[in-house]
Amino acid sequence: MDDRMYTHVSRIAAIVLRHFYLMRGNFARMMSLFVWVAVDIILWGFITRYLNTVTASGYDFVPVLLGAVLLWDFFTRVMQGVTMAFFEDVWTRNFLNLFATPLSVTEYVSGLVLSSIATSAIGLVVMLVLASLIFGLSFFAYGTVIIPFLLALFLFGIALGIIGSAIVLRFGPVSEWFIWPIPAVVAPFAGVFYPVATLPQWMQYIAQLLPPSWVFEGLRMVIKGGTVPAHMLLWSFAIDAVYLVLACWLFTRVYRYAVHTGLFARYSAESVT
Amino acid sequence: MDSRLHAGMEKETLVSSPVLDVAGLRKEYGAMLAVDGVSFSVGRREIVGLLGPNGAGKTTIISMVLGILEPTAGSIHIEGMDIAAHRAQVLMRTNFAAVYAPLPGNLTVWENLRIFGMLYGIRDLTARIESLLAEFNLDHFRNMKCGLLSTGEQTRVCLAKAMLNRPELLLLDEPTASLDPARAHEVRMVIREFSAQGAGGVLWTSQNMYEVEEVCDRVLFLARGRIVLEGDPKTLPLAHGKKTLEELFIAVTREPPTAAHG
Repeated sequence: MDDRMYTHVSRIAAIVLRHFYLMRGNFARMMSLFVWVAVDIILWGFITRYLNTVTASGYDFVPVLLGAVLLWDFFTRVMQGVTMAFFEDVWTRNFLNLFATPLSVTEYVSGLVLSSIATSAIGLVVMLVLASLIFGLSFFAYGTVIIPFLLALFLFGIALGIIGSAIVLRFGPVSEWFIWPIPAVVAPFAGVFYPVATLPQWMQYIAQLLPPSWVFEGLRMVIKGGTVPAHMLLWSFAIDAVYLVLACWLFTRVYRYAVHTGLFARYSAESVT
Repeated sequence: MDSRLHAGMEKETLVSSPVLDVAGLRKEYGAMLAVDGVSFSVGRREIVGLLGPNGAGKTTIISMVLGILEPTAGSIHIEGMDIAAHRAQVLMRTNFAAVYAPLPGNLTVWENLRIFGMLYGIRDLTARIESLLAEFNLDHFRNMKCGLLSTGEQTRVCLAKAMLNRPELLLLDEPTASLDPARAHEVRMVIREFSAQGAGGVLWTSQNMYEVEEVCDRVLFLARGRIVLEGDPKTLPLAHGKKTLEELFIAVTREPPTAAHG
């Protein structure tokens, strides 16, 4: 590996390693990776089991509701994987130390994304094990189309994670509370538990601009025995690409703003509004 | 031209050229002028003290040299490279320690040094960390979280971090402010040795005039964002009718004279 490539890889790996050290060194952080997703799967697993017993139609709610919860939790984990790794630098006032090194914005964000891949993968495995062992949900029931579904949700989670980090970098530590509820705000528009057609027209317009709405519409089609039209998947990836470009542009712009205003040196003062 | 002669001339130019060259540096925050057209250089094997009262613009200058604050005007060249155009290459050769920038307290000394070593792309990092742990007497703290260390111990960890990449330009913002006299003396010796043995230069801020006189080869007095006095800390007070550097500092702070070289 040449020197230039080595330093790029080394800097990205440093951000990932930092997150690994933090996880390894703290029981509470490890628990946060799977406790909430496990609680969600167990809660919704029993709800779906109950619904199966009270409806006479014989309709199986497990793949529809529990599958939706699992995929939505995966998306949430991906997004929070990015923001949590970023918040570690907020909480330890580490921006001055980090950005006084040769670390570039691209390398920093790449490190956050790789950290998120690792943490969200752990959450996904825990959810899959619980959902299949306790409630008999098998990902194989969806066929191979589940892979592009997961990828589309993953990309959207990464994009929202980067956007959330940019917002906190720009507005200071207190703006953290804007970020935690983002999945809950997006969920009603994304049609996680119901068809998008259920929504009023204005909400449907917004839903069309959200990759998860296409993923969950597609998921319901697969469960009904149909196939997912290719254009739905392509559209969801196209919107993902737009969000990713927008997110990277926004983070870079906020970084430049921070360098211009001296935000890194006085970040905790919340002096920049 | 003979290639050996050409190489020799290049080397000579490199050795005689300053490590840090700041020209016409200016920083405005809206209507407030924090740094007003500052120019100075730091030579190889030279320790330059940046002195001035609180709010004079010392930390603003250091932030601009570190690339975390954009100047409104002026240029900063490190090793002949403009930081605005070659940020990563320049920062590979620079490092800093400052009282207001402790390393993350939730990581151990070893973990912090490893992460920052990787950020600087250092090869053979384990050996480098071991040598710095020994040099800064941190060996028995290696597995302790930095947040559990005393302020003085944290400062030594920051200094070890600052030496990781064997910087050619070392920026130290009040590095001994929280150290006891014995430790402060040790740190001064380490920095002196760093300056004497390598080809690097040091820009040092301190409010301890005894320390400045002991360590610095040259001092720059900063007041209201401008350099108002410059010279050898051992001869400068007498040249301006003062007995000590501290007396001169107080006089400059109260009534800055016009820019002059001592």
